[in-house]
Parts: sequence; C-alpha cells; structure tokens
Amino acid sequence: MAPRSSAPPTRAIETRAKLVPVVSTLAGSAVALLPTVALSPSWPPFGLLMLLAWRLLRPEMWPAWVGLPLGLADDLLTGQTLGTGMVTWTACLMLADLVEVRLLWRDYWQEWLLAAIAIALAILCAWAIACWTGGAAPVRLVLPQIVTSILCFPVVGRLCAILDRWRLATGKIRASD
Amino acid sequence: MKAPTRNRRPGFSRRAQYGLFISYVVAVTGILVGLGLIVIAHVDPDGFGAVRGAALDVTTPVSSLERGMVRGVGDTVDGVGAYIAAGSRNAAMARELDTDRRALVHLRIIALENDRLRKMLKLVDSRPAAVAVARIVGSTGVSSRRYATLNAGASQGVRPGQPVRSAEGLIGHVVYTGLTASRVLLITDNASVVPVRMARGGMPALAAGRGDGSIELRPLGAGGNPFNRGDIVLTSGTGGLYPPDVPVAVVVRKEGDVAVAWPLANPSQLDYAMVEQPFAGLPPPPVTPPPGKH
Repeated sequence: MAPRSSAPPTRAIETRAKLVPVVSTLAGSAVALLPTVALSPSWPPFGLLMLLAWRLLRPEMWPAWVGLPLGLADDLLTGQTLGTGMVTWTACLMLADLVEVRLLWRDYWQEWLLAAIAIALAILCAWAIACWTGGAAPVRLVLPQIVTSILCFPVVGRLCAILDRWRLATGKIRASD
Repeated sequence: MKAPTRNRRPGFSRRAQYGLFISYVVAVTGILVGLGLIVIAHVDPDGFGAVRGAALDVTTPVSSLERGMVRGVGDTVDGVGAYIAAGSRNAAMARELDTDRRALVHLRIIALENDRLRKMLKLVDSRPAAVAVARIVGSTGVSSRRYATLNAGASQGVRPGQPVRSAEGLIGHVVYTGLTASRVLLITDNASVVPVRMARGGMPALAAGRGDGSIELRPLGAGGNPFNRGDIVLTSGTGGLYPPDVPVAVVVRKEGDVAVAWPLANPSQLDYAMVEQPFAGLPPPPVTPPPGKH
C-alpha cells in the first residue's frame, strides 16, 4: 500500500464518492442561474443531462427515487412548475431501468440513443405541463432545445466520467474496474 | 461494452429484493405526488409562492454576482465594435441629429399645447410613484415559460400583481416574490395579455405574448387590419393593473387579422426595471362609457 500516503484518507473518499454525483447534478440545474434573459427556451436542461449521464455510467449507484429530490431542486432552481422535474426525472430513471433489463449488452451509441429518447420525452413532457398550467411557447420552439440537449449529452457524459475517476480516486487507492 | 445489469439484480437475498421493490414503490408514489403538485399548479397558478420565493432569495445573489462579469465582457466586445464602425456611425449620427432637432422643436410646441389643454380640462396627473427600482438578473432559459428574475422582493415592497416597466417600455408583472427577489411574467409569455391602443389613432387592441420573444396584436375593432409596419402600441389602462400610456411594442409585420410586434423594452439587456403600484383603473368619463371595456 505504498501510494496510500499520497492519497486522501479512505473516509474522505467515501463521502466524496457519495456527494460528487449529487452536487454535480445540482450544479447542472444551477446553470439556469447564469444571468442571461432568454427570449425562447434555449438552454439545454443540464441538470437532467447530468442525471442521465450518471445513471448510464453507474447503474447501481442510485435507486429510482433519487429523481424526486433532485427533480424538486431542479424545479426550484429553474423556475418550472413544481413537480415537473420530480415526475419527468423519476420517469426517465425508471425508463432506463426498464430498457436495461432487456438489453444483453450496451455500447456508446445505444447509451446515446437511450439518453436522446429520455431527453426528448422529458422536454416534451415539461412543455406539455407548462402548456397545461398556464401557457407555453409553441412546440416548434422546443425542438431546437431538444436537438442541442441531445448533442450536448456526450460532452456531459465525458465530464461525468472525469468526475467519476476523481470521486473514486481510481488509480490511487483502487484499481479501475 | 459492458454488462448493463451488473449489481442491479438482487440475486437470492430477500433483503436486497425487498429493497429494490421498495425503491420502485417510493419512486411511483413520488411521481404521483409530483402529478398532484402539477394539478395544484393548474388550479392555483400562484400556489407555493412562499417556497418558490425562498428558493429565489437563495439563488438570486448568484445571478447578480455573475451578471457583473457577463456585462463586463459584453461591454468590451461592444467597445471594440464601436471603434471599427466609428466613422460611418459619426456621419449617420450627425444626420440623425439634424432630423431630431427639427422633431424636438415640433415636440416642444406640442408639449406646450398639451399643457394648455390639460389646464383647460383640469386633469390631475396622479401617476403612482415607483415601488422599487431593481435589476433584471436572469430568466428561465430552460423552461418554456417566460419569466425574468428581479433582484427586489417583499422587503422592498414588491408584491405579486405589480406592473414592471423600464425606461423603454412595459416588461411584465410580478408573479411571486421572495424577501429579496421576485419573478416577473414577461409580456412575451403565452399567458400574458395586455390591453393596448395604437399610438396613432388610439385603436384598442390586445397584446398577447407568443412565447418566442414576439407579441401578437389582435385589434378589437371590426373591419380590416389597422396596423402598419412600424406602428407603436401603448398600454390603454383598460381594466386596471397596467398604467396607461406605457410603450409596449412596435409592429414588425402583419399576419392576416393580427399583427406581430416586437417588445420595445428588451429584458435581455439586463437593465434596470421599475416596479409600480397596480393601476387602479380609469375613472369613468361623465358622458360616454370607455370603449373596449368588456
């Protein structure tokens, strides 16, 4: 255990391993706080992208209900109707569970396709909820948001992988798995 | 490639099986609770104002801080652009100054005449004072609703329902407030309808947001589309809430019976906005009822 001395203590790593995914997802939601006034829904929902990226990278890390608190936080940060994130995020996680037990193996393109379907459904669902609770932009304005979100997903996935290596201190005290 | 369900299957452990089952029960219950919240939002759009206001209080300082940085970068870019275009812009401005000077003289004459006519009518100009002057620090760029965040809240006297305007024109009205921040429904949101009239001729119309940054103008009078490109519409004050004679939008193009207009106050410039008392409504004129009040 020679490299142990230079690595942070195990207990700190355990805490870090639990906190990093949650904090990074919250940070993704908090991107909405950037001081821009958008005339149309143009920002990708980075919170949702982070959630999906973590879920696809580490299927065993989170139970399905983790979408509830994280989605509620996202609603409060982005100013959507309360409940939008709770419903869509949890539904996305359960959809991922459903698909996963039917797949024998998974690769990059399948992950992207699964994420793309989940993102499109979540944004359209949020749009429908906004329509029903007051009034939303016409659906043609949501389509560019869906496309940019899907294109952003691989970048967010890569960011998650970097965070994952740091969070588990892979290569310092553990072997990579 | 990796096996997708490595540690997901609980195996033969009863405890792990129950744990997985319960996590799904919790998730489904949570989804039902979320749907309940959405139903409440449908029935009572201003519900949970306290919770959302508190969240706004916590997050607005972040936006306010970042705002300075973004503004700085934007100013630098604008400054460089201004140097490049200095010569041609100077000439254009000189020409504009000439025409404006003529228009100014004309306006002074009109102002004098207006004063005289007002005195004749003994009209008291009781415009309510501003409640607060604050900055617009952000908006909901992810959601398909159009809200902006204002960094003044209940402690500055801001209450839900108060109209918000800038020097250029109307911005919207306050929907819910926290202690130090509040959320403003922009006039470009689909749920926003503002009673307006044309600056030229005073024809009444309704300005409804379209959700993409533009506004749809529906004329209330019968016959034809009275709007022309470049027409400016002002609030009429009909029905209260928005004070009269605030510039709202300029017509961009006609589309059949309606006209598409662009708001004069551009909230994306992140500038100062003024919160005013809700307008109490126009006093009824002695002879004829006001037109367009249904």
